[in-house]
Amino acid sequence: MSETREVPAEAQDEGAEAPARTGLRGTLRRRLTETTTWTFLILLGIVAGFAALRFQQFATVFNFRNIAADASGLLIIAVGMTFVIITAGIDLSVGSVLVFSGVIAAKVMLAVGGEGWGAIGAGLVAGLVAGTAWGVLNGLLITKARVPPLIVTLGTFGMALGSALLITGGIDVRGVPLRLTTTIGIGQLAGVPYVVLIAAVVTAVGAVTLSMTRFGRYTYAIGSNAEAARRAGINVDRHLIKVYALSGFLAGVAGMVSLARFATTTIGGHSTDNLAAIAAVVLGGTSLFGGIGTVLGTVVGVFIPAVLQNGFVILGVQPFWQQVAVGAVLIVAVYIDQLKRRAQERGERR
Amino acid sequence: MTEPLLESRGITKSFGGVRALRGVDFAVHPGEVAALVGDNGAGKSTLVKILSGTLAPDGGEIWFEGRRVAIPTPVAARDLGIETVYQDLALAPELDPAANLFLGRELVRPGPLGRLGFLDKAAMRRRTNKAFADLGIGLQDTGAMVANLSGGQRQSVAVSRAATWVSKVVFMDEPTAALGVVQSGHVRDLIRRVRDSGIAVVLISHNMPEVMELADRIEVLRLGVRVARYRAADTTMEQVIAAMTGALEPGEVA
Repeated sequence: MSETREVPAEAQDEGAEAPARTGLRGTLRRRLTETTTWTFLILLGIVAGFAALRFQQFATVFNFRNIAADASGLLIIAVGMTFVIITAGIDLSVGSVLVFSGVIAAKVMLAVGGEGWGAIGAGLVAGLVAGTAWGVLNGLLITKARVPPLIVTLGTFGMALGSALLITGGIDVRGVPLRLTTTIGIGQLAGVPYVVLIAAVVTAVGAVTLSMTRFGRYTYAIGSNAEAARRAGINVDRHLIKVYALSGFLAGVAGMVSLARFATTTIGGHSTDNLAAIAAVVLGGTSLFGGIGTVLGTVVGVFIPAVLQNGFVILGVQPFWQQVAVGAVLIVAVYIDQLKRRAQERGERR
Repeated sequence: MTEPLLESRGITKSFGGVRALRGVDFAVHPGEVAALVGDNGAGKSTLVKILSGTLAPDGGEIWFEGRRVAIPTPVAARDLGIETVYQDLALAPELDPAANLFLGRELVRPGPLGRLGFLDKAAMRRRTNKAFADLGIGLQDTGAMVANLSGGQRQSVAVSRAATWVSKVVFMDEPTAALGVVQSGHVRDLIRRVRDSGIAVVLISHNMPEVMELADRIEVLRLGVRVARYRAADTTMEQVIAAMTGALEPGEVA
């Protein structure tokens, strides 16, 4: 990183014990400076704004249900992406892996044939295995071949999509069992669509795993200082492979959700999923430099673009404004992250 | 003198064309502080990295408790009871002090949750607070990220981590470099306490008065070889510095 840093700060805090912040006030200040907090406020503001402008159309159960169902696939991918980015990595392959696992699942369902749960189950399992396999491949190439994550996943991004096109001849696979769509795809439990439930379970499990388990702790530690993690006896390579496998698996889950909702493979529809997921994760306060981030923040980051899109449609504003707005918020979020980093680095030098 | 606890014989290591270590002999005994001194580039840190498993030697032997061992990884060193305070501290700046103290050795909750890998954060926090109290480190905000601590506090975290887990040998690479007067005193007390419990302490330091005060034995490295070893009580700072800079005939006192 070639950053210009101001030097003089160093001279003054030689050996100082200055930044030890006291209990409650320290905690409060930490919370307030966290990116997540203010992006959550932005989300609340957006919701409040649309609700104020078009209460009757916007603030309805039906509409919120729609927003949640539309965002469910992206949310599932973004949970995996959160883990990856916290390790200071990146996974560009998710959209293609989603398509690939959808294609595999559809093909297996058609091959088994019939409308039964047997065919559906076999297809779902095959799709999830396919997604996980791409993730494992990513992890192996990153850790064993030492190719940077950006390049590896850019490569598998092309390979997974290309393979899906080869398998299908470029034409979306149709004719998956109707029962898949009528149950998982559009079915509801107590008014909540199944796809939203799936996304909620993935999110909850992801959040708990990241914040409360050893797996989560290693994820943070590797992103924070991989060499320190290695010296502390953590098997960094194995953990990274697991994290990329998780991302691939969740891309597979999102592929199954997409297949269930649309009853077809949507080959052409996921080329920017990776960027959408990365944007959501970063908006949610996860640092691209690793070591910092939460799943809860990612949820906020997923819903800002989703709510904007929905609200603009209702307002009759061109929905393209959503892309402009999200882009701007994203840059601001990373800018603030950078400012924090720089302040921290200044404190770090003794 | 007792059998050495950890001993290196003829360790060599080159980086490209640079011969960092040219056959280093070094030994440390239980219950003593052995200082490893030498000018910049003498090979102190390289030797420590080899003996703590972060760097593989090109040649030579390592002996531990009377048998020849290989220390290919930090985990292998840890399993032998060897801990290290690295010069770069090897802390994860985004994690809090407790997470760093237990890095790679996390406590999990009892029962089925533990088998799922659920962390016992409260227990780790408690034991960290106790370790810091023992070391006289006053951290008002133990929930803060290590990155938000001062240099001295960070060094204290690294030192107390090593002191908490060591059972045989602890390497301390410049353990007081960033510390103020009071905290340096605490670390020196800690080093003595660790030694008195029968653990071997290897102290790497540029601070000659500190070396003279703490060390039982002083081994001098110069340009990748050990040029002298002294019993601290029988030598003077001038002698040691002369050996470091090559101004003196090599001595073999210990």
